[in-house]
Amino acid sequence: MAALARLALGEEEVEPMARELSAVLDHVARISELDLENVPPTSHVVEVTGALRADEPTPCLPREVVLSQAPLANDEGFLVPSPQA
Amino acid sequence: MSDHKPGGVADAGGDGELEAVIGLEIHVQLATRTKMFCGCELSFGEPPNTRTCPVCLGLPGSLPVANARAVHLGLMIGLALGSELAPRSIFHRKNYFYPDLPKGYQITQYDEPLCRGGELGDVRIHRVHLEEDAAKLIHAGASGRIHGSDTSFVDFNRGGTPLAEIVTEPDLRAPEQASEWLKLLRTTLRQLGVSDVNMEEGSLRCDANISLRPRGSETLGVKTELKNMNSFRFIERGIRAEIARQEEILAGGGQVVQETLHFDPASGSITSLRSKEEAHDYRYFPEPDLVPVAIDDGMLAAARADMSELPADRAERLQRELGLSVDSAQVLAFRTELGDYFEAAVAARAEPAPPAQGLANWIAGDLVGRLPEGQDPSDSRVEPRALAALVGLVAERRVSVGAARQVLDRLIEGGGSEPLAIIEAEGLGAMDGGSELAEIVAAAVAANTDAAERVREGNAKAIGPIVGQVMRETKGRADGTEVARLIHEQLGA
Amino acid sequence: MSTTDILDLSAAAAAAAIGGGSLSATELFEAYRDRAASDRAAGDAGLNCFTWVAADAPSEPVDAPLAGVPVAVKDLFCTEGVPSQAGSRILEGYLPPYTATAVSRLRAGGAPLLAKTNQDEFAMGSSNENSAFGPVRNPWDRERVPGGSSGGSAAAVAAGLAPWALGTDTGGSVRQPAALCGIVGLKPTYGAVSRYGMIAFASSLDQAGPLTRDVTDAALMLRHMVGRDPCDATSLAFPGEIELPTAERLDGIRLGVPQELTGEGIERGVLDAFAAAIEQAKELGAEVSDVHLPHAPHALSAYYVLAPAECSSNLARYDGVRYGMRATDAHDLLDMYMRTRHDGFGAEVKRRIMLGTYALSSGYYEAYYGRAQRVRTRISEDFRTAFEQIDFVVTPTAPSVAFRLGEKTADPLAMYLNDYCTVPMSLAGIPAISIPCGHSEGLPVGLQIAGPAFSENRLLDAARALERSIAFDARPARV
Repeated sequence: MAALARLALGEEEVEPMARELSAVLDHVARISELDLENVPPTSHVVEVTGALRADEPTPCLPREVVLSQAPLANDEGFLVPSPQA
Repeated sequence: MSDHKPGGVADAGGDGELEAVIGLEIHVQLATRTKMFCGCELSFGEPPNTRTCPVCLGLPGSLPVANARAVHLGLMIGLALGSELAPRSIFHRKNYFYPDLPKGYQITQYDEPLCRGGELGDVRIHRVHLEEDAAKLIHAGASGRIHGSDTSFVDFNRGGTPLAEIVTEPDLRAPEQASEWLKLLRTTLRQLGVSDVNMEEGSLRCDANISLRPRGSETLGVKTELKNMNSFRFIERGIRAEIARQEEILAGGGQVVQETLHFDPASGSITSLRSKEEAHDYRYFPEPDLVPVAIDDGMLAAARADMSELPADRAERLQRELGLSVDSAQVLAFRTELGDYFEAAVAARAEPAPPAQGLANWIAGDLVGRLPEGQDPSDSRVEPRALAALVGLVAERRVSVGAARQVLDRLIEGGGSEPLAIIEAEGLGAMDGGSELAEIVAAAVAANTDAAERVREGNAKAIGPIVGQVMRETKGRADGTEVARLIHEQLGA
Repeated sequence: MSTTDILDLSAAAAAAAIGGGSLSATELFEAYRDRAASDRAAGDAGLNCFTWVAADAPSEPVDAPLAGVPVAVKDLFCTEGVPSQAGSRILEGYLPPYTATAVSRLRAGGAPLLAKTNQDEFAMGSSNENSAFGPVRNPWDRERVPGGSSGGSAAAVAAGLAPWALGTDTGGSVRQPAALCGIVGLKPTYGAVSRYGMIAFASSLDQAGPLTRDVTDAALMLRHMVGRDPCDATSLAFPGEIELPTAERLDGIRLGVPQELTGEGIERGVLDAFAAAIEQAKELGAEVSDVHLPHAPHALSAYYVLAPAECSSNLARYDGVRYGMRATDAHDLLDMYMRTRHDGFGAEVKRRIMLGTYALSSGYYEAYYGRAQRVRTRISEDFRTAFEQIDFVVTPTAPSVAFRLGEKTADPLAMYLNDYCTVPMSLAGIPAISIPCGHSEGLPVGLQIAGPAFSENRLLDAARALERSIAFDARPARV
């Protein structure tokens, strides 16, 4: 799970994390007691549809502004360690 | 032991023939002005990272808003493929980490896509959905390594470009069938105007799902997904190579593993894309930042109104309205650029007016044959009106076919744009059936006594050498039919 | 006007004083700026309410309804060129290139930015102890928490360090700290205020809301934030305008008390203050009855599936590529991701990312996420049914008064129970307000009033009538 979330956990973090998560999961598992057959899921509380955007251009950010926040960049773009082949 | 069938499928050691089962997943870049979820203009080779904003960079707090035009183009694709259009479709998040994916998830459609079902030719469509493209990750090599690791460069210009993903049912059986069908899809999409559909530039991308099964079986074998086939040729070669690979595994008693594969066109080899730590679990869930896309009557009507004619419909119309033969109508309909040229020539109201079938023959035959392979005749120097006039002159026998071909050569070279002017300037006009031609025919008959004798004896084919001489003498200006009539008249045959 | 007099003014009163010429906007700004800057400079010796304080007052006089009354804004909101870290180390030094819509609208309404306020990291917490900037202290008792996650905003307003403040509420993050600090906090209808530029925690629940000294100020701030934003597809046009509340009575108003949220698990002192407030309401003419929200006891469970699930996805963008921090010693890409996120996120954020990743993972999706979404449907239905019989649901805002720093940090579940009374309204997307209704152990107790979607005007009127009658005028000692 930690790998899926790309989250390294220190050795000292693993045990408390597991304990706390299982306590929370036990609590939230109470919803399994409910009869929810034929109840539709809610993804949005207010039923809005549409809300589309016209295909009109808006200004882009200047590149120097974009790259100014990067931990590592050259003049043209962001730099990262290459993904393993 | 294996005997390769035309489809490249082998007979697996006496257990009965295997057949390939192929489905395609096609990504099409939609021809919008701006990105799928933000107002950045689409990038066509701009300097890296100059077409970005908080949304397509995945900056904290930014939110996506779907592009109405992308939905519109998606609907047009659905209409063209005869899909069922969902009155309500939703976007999901597909979660995974990669440097070209700024938010850590791709916004795509999952179990409630815009279009379901449909067909094109003899291939059924499974679904069509909308999504955003990833950015570009460029391997920069070992120069400037980061902590001992090679460095890559990320350019977010392409990130967020709208895509339609078209997924077929596994209805294809052979590599060449797959590439032929893909060409049909490309023509259809180009005609719709929804995309540039250029494989080399990546606006049309194709993955293939491939499995083998005993011929006659209804169940599907284990499939692999083959990626990165960026030309029609590579699609055929890639699929053929993967079929061969699977055959070999099965023939050796092994089992095909379900995985994603990469085709390397340079070496023709296939490699697995799966890396050890990638146990993919995309954790799809409904995108809470976007509301459902509801398709109302207005949107449907707008999509219908924007539909240009599809190839099959065009072929039918060309037959019905202009009396073209089935073959000609299909050539012009499926090669959009020829059809467009033809219709422009018809619409040019040239004097004299050409017969439609003759015009079609000249375009698909003489004109295309004289142009460099693949050139759109609209880009040549031959104006549709000029060709129409030339074909009209041929029909009225004011120029012979042979002379007309010379005129066409001049038009292509740019040596004029008026067929009649070229004909007059070069003296290529058809000789009428008057005394001048009769004298030349008489001279030719006299010079070819053997041939003349055989024609007189009823051997019609023997006329060739006499006609040839007349044509040489007249530089092709004489009308062949008229020459033949005169020869027979003079020989009393 | 003396500085003390200035600080005693509500935001609405200050705007009126500036408009009437008895107070200058610059004077007001500087009075608060100096106090906020002192608190920031004092570090842990102060209340630690702020992560950034403006240097200068706006040079131009403000010709807009809010007249230059400055606002403190939770660090969760992006402000162009001003540090915006969401209380997290992972956004260290981050300067956004754009400003959140809610903040732009307040500025356009005449409220300049005074300061950015401390908060629980990415708005995850109920005590403001999960911040990269350290905990915020409660001005009523420095050894106690201010509540969270908008703890800095609540403490700043309660302590007179800001005239008013902007916070965000996902499961109670405006209402609960307002209750624990003795001020007013309003969570509007989901979609009423744009989320654009508000750093996401749980997108389907997050809402911006005012933290103010009184109900009128809450109405005034909301008036200048609501409305459809083309940059937020989930935002909605507010039907009509937000009015400043004027009601003095509750005649004919039907209040429903849900047994499910007013019994077990709520402190005695809180229940007593709540009961006294209900008596006040009756005296003002309200009809009070019991009401049932049968699925409300399951709201917390559903919430602690849905919110972490969305957060696990929303926080995937903090990968060390484009902004914020990156672990410096990573030996490859995977290692860079893992270490950056390990070093950048605090314990509670990691816990929720893990929880959410689990809830969405294949094989568990339907049992957790799917079911939680269905519970959410049930909870909305419960409220809909209730609102056929009553106008508003009333409950205590939080089960307890402000607790001691460190008291619940070791027990996440105990911490989560703070949201017991506020989470049902969040899941239903309906508006709810917390107003101070009395004391217990010398600490403020909050009363929560919730109404149907877009009932803000009626809700504010009812809250104003009760506020006037309860006359809670106690204040913590000024720092």
